[in-house]
Amino acid sequence: MDNLLQKLLPMQPLASVEGRDNDTLMYLIHGLVLILFVGWAIYYVVVLIKFRATKNSKAVESHTAHQISSYVEWFVVVAEILLLFAFSIPFWAVHQAGMPTGKDILQVRVVAQQFAWNVRYAPSGKFGRSSARFLDDNPMGLDPNDPDNKDNITTMNQIYLPIDKTVLITLTSKDVIHSFGLPAMRVKQDVIPGMTTHVWFTPNKLGSYEIACSQLCGVGHYRMRGIVNVVSQSDFDQWIAQNKGIHD
Amino acid sequence: MSGTHDPAHHDPSHSDSSHHHQQSFWSQYVFSTDHKIIGIQYLFMSLFFLFFGFCLMLLMRWQIAYPGHPLPFIGKLFGEHNMPGGIMMPQFYNQLGAMHGTIMVFLGVVPLGFAVFGNYLIPLQIGAKDMAFPRLNMFSYWSFLVGGLLMLSSFFLPCGAASNGWTSYSPLSDIAHDGQTIWLFSMAIIIISSLLSSLNFITTIFQLRAPGMTFERLPFFIWAQLITAFLLLLAFPPLEGAAFLQLCDRLLGTSFFLPSGLFVNGHVYDVSGGGNALLWQHLFWFLGHPEVYVIILPALGIVTEIIACNTRKNISGFGMMRWSIIFLGFLSFVVWSHHTYLTGMGTNITAFFQTTTMIISIPSVIIISALFITLWGGSIRFNLPMLFALAFLPMFGFGGLTGLPLGLAATDIPLHDTYYVIGHFHYVVAPGVVLGLFAGIYYWFPKATGRKMNDFLGHLHFWPTLITMNFVFFPMLIQGLMGLNRRMYDGGATYNFAHGVLFWNVIISWSAFIMFLAQLPFIFNFFYSMFNGEKVDSDNPWHSATLEWATPTPPGHGNFTKPITVYRDPYSYSLEGAPKDYSPQDQKEI
Ligand code: HEM
Ligand SMILES: [Cu+2]
Ligand SMILES: [Cu+2]
Repeated sequence: MDNLLQKLLPMQPLASVEGRDNDTLMYLIHGLVLILFVGWAIYYVVVLIKFRATKNSKAVESHTAHQISSYVEWFVVVAEILLLFAFSIPFWAVHQAGMPTGKDILQVRVVAQQFAWNVRYAPSGKFGRSSARFLDDNPMGLDPNDPDNKDNITTMNQIYLPIDKTVLITLTSKDVIHSFGLPAMRVKQDVIPGMTTHVWFTPNKLGSYEIACSQLCGVGHYRMRGIVNVVSQSDFDQWIAQNKGIHD
Repeated sequence: MSGTHDPAHHDPSHSDSSHHHQQSFWSQYVFSTDHKIIGIQYLFMSLFFLFFGFCLMLLMRWQIAYPGHPLPFIGKLFGEHNMPGGIMMPQFYNQLGAMHGTIMVFLGVVPLGFAVFGNYLIPLQIGAKDMAFPRLNMFSYWSFLVGGLLMLSSFFLPCGAASNGWTSYSPLSDIAHDGQTIWLFSMAIIIISSLLSSLNFITTIFQLRAPGMTFERLPFFIWAQLITAFLLLLAFPPLEGAAFLQLCDRLLGTSFFLPSGLFVNGHVYDVSGGGNALLWQHLFWFLGHPEVYVIILPALGIVTEIIACNTRKNISGFGMMRWSIIFLGFLSFVVWSHHTYLTGMGTNITAFFQTTTMIISIPSVIIISALFITLWGGSIRFNLPMLFALAFLPMFGFGGLTGLPLGLAATDIPLHDTYYVIGHFHYVVAPGVVLGLFAGIYYWFPKATGRKMNDFLGHLHFWPTLITMNFVFFPMLIQGLMGLNRRMYDGGATYNFAHGVLFWNVIISWSAFIMFLAQLPFIFNFFYSMFNGEKVDSDNPWHSATLEWATPTPPGHGNFTKPITVYRDPYSYSLEGAPKDYSPQDQKEI
């Protein structure tokens, strides 16, 4: 079933837990599109052949067609109400506007700039101060005097995540609007200067996935690419241990 | 069709009803206040802009299909700065993209649908001599021309044209080079032109209807223009205001759209800050969404006229259609934030906007269904205008349907800003609206010139255009589902995930190039038929019931040769007991 749908609607193989619901809605809404379009198309071909002037020289009013079309309209209304209230609105409440629940969450901060993603980890679990004043010294403006920053790891365009662990990514931008698009996880979120936004998901497949900047941000927009590496918990712990306090 | 010669064929040379003084060439054809001449002036310019915008896209399509390969033959003509050695630079690509969108929307499709057909047909279809404010009308045209040419001229700036998308989001646009300043000035002028036109159209429709032309007897096209005019009138001022604010940010050091603490290109950006980047998006889309209906409604009106005439039937559910577009007009002001779902909007506000977006799909379904049902029982004539109108329905319908996944906020997450969006709205605007507008040109050409456009060339235009358009836009939906983003200078080659769908880029681009060839028969046909086309033997060659066909061909200054009174509904076709299968609105006996 999944394979068949995958063929009909070519999306990237899903790599997160939460994306499943999104895919379900994607299939359903395209099912509705398909039904309506095919239904109309069949009607259209029939009507154009049946009532061509060379065959039907005199136009006549008809009432059965009216009846049928009002059924179609009601069908559309009901289908849309269902998709909205049973799927789209709850999905948004939980996954886009909502925050992950539970304690065992990895927090990562991402600061976007023309044309790169700066990534920051706080292995101790505590992010120290950062400020624009220090942007000249380091790309994320970490305050060198704050002890909480000592063990921070910063990377550029590379995010490491342990599999099966929910991650909450906090997004800010230094310059213009970017958008953090990670299609394999079915997440996307604008990154807007002057605002803080979030994405969260639970990766459930090992591998590397591409982050594609999804908002025109200047000449380098097309190559503003990042990588999310989903690794095993032990590989992740090892990576953290090796890189503690390293900024690049 | 009965082959009888229409007895009421006027000879235009004797039909100068209003006894005007001899006019000089300049005041008759250049600085004219006649709504028909102004309509035709708009026609030439908007077709030119449409063609220009299309050519920009063809350049981009080369780069998308063959990133980094020199454009053969003409590549070097664009200068060392834009295309060194014929290879397109990213900065130039972004200029082309922004200008394609801007030109197509504001200088091509909207003027063609609203200003061309509105100007030419509103007075004719309501039985008036001219617009309510003819000189204001002339001013609208000239400000449109100035704004449009100013927009094009920005390509000749050393820094080039605006390059921030047709949406011009802040802060990118605030900090961009001077092309953006010209974009803002041109937009301000174009907006003034639109505002004046819409005032004029509204006043004309309310004040100058012939006796007996009640609102119920107005053709659907007039209703569509009326709603369009109201949309422009109410939606454009916020964008005009926003454009001035962005100009202030750029020229006067204000920071309406600039938050504090920006750090651009390795430096603190020296402005006071405190502004809001999102404010621009809301002001822009408050126009931007109604603008979608400004694009659609005139074409919908045109197609309705043509379908009624060529099925020889009244429009089924005409009353419902009128209520539907009124409802649509109101609703179009409360859906704009479906363009900003991913800016961090909360659950309630997205719930509101996705609900309104789903609601607005219902009147659209009703309108399309009404047109579909009209066909049932009709006596369908497949002439050229009708072919284009018949292609409009399913293409436009498909465009509308692919809007549903974008309207649901949840499925918009993966689709937003991908080629899926490009595929969706181009189905609406290109195989939809543009074909509808072509239908109008083929349909009213005989009224304006007294000659028909050539049938064979028309088919040579229609079929390849319809087919290639689908090869251009359908694959974009597939690419978008795969996650391929729009506005990509290299067509997405940077991304591994896109590699499976990149081969479509070549197919799309070559289809677009063939589509270019398919426009040549139209261009030739248009100019050739103006002077050499087959002459029509009647003022009413399609045997239509609406008023514009009661004028001489072409209509002279002042339009009608006798006072007009309206006796019946616009689509009085195949009436019971009538001698012919059409009963003109201005004839007392059926
Ligand atoms: C029929 C031929 C057309 C073709 C082949 C075409 C193709 C395209 C493509 C490929 C893009 C995406 C470019 C990118 O993301 O880098 C685009 C963008 C766009 N097109 Fe078209 N288009 C056509 C006609 C139209 C028409 C008739 C309209 C308007 C009514 C239009 C309005 C737009 C707009 C608003 C954009 C977005 C520009 C932006 O990114 O800011 N196009 N077009
Ligand atoms: Cu970007
Ligand atoms: Cu919209």
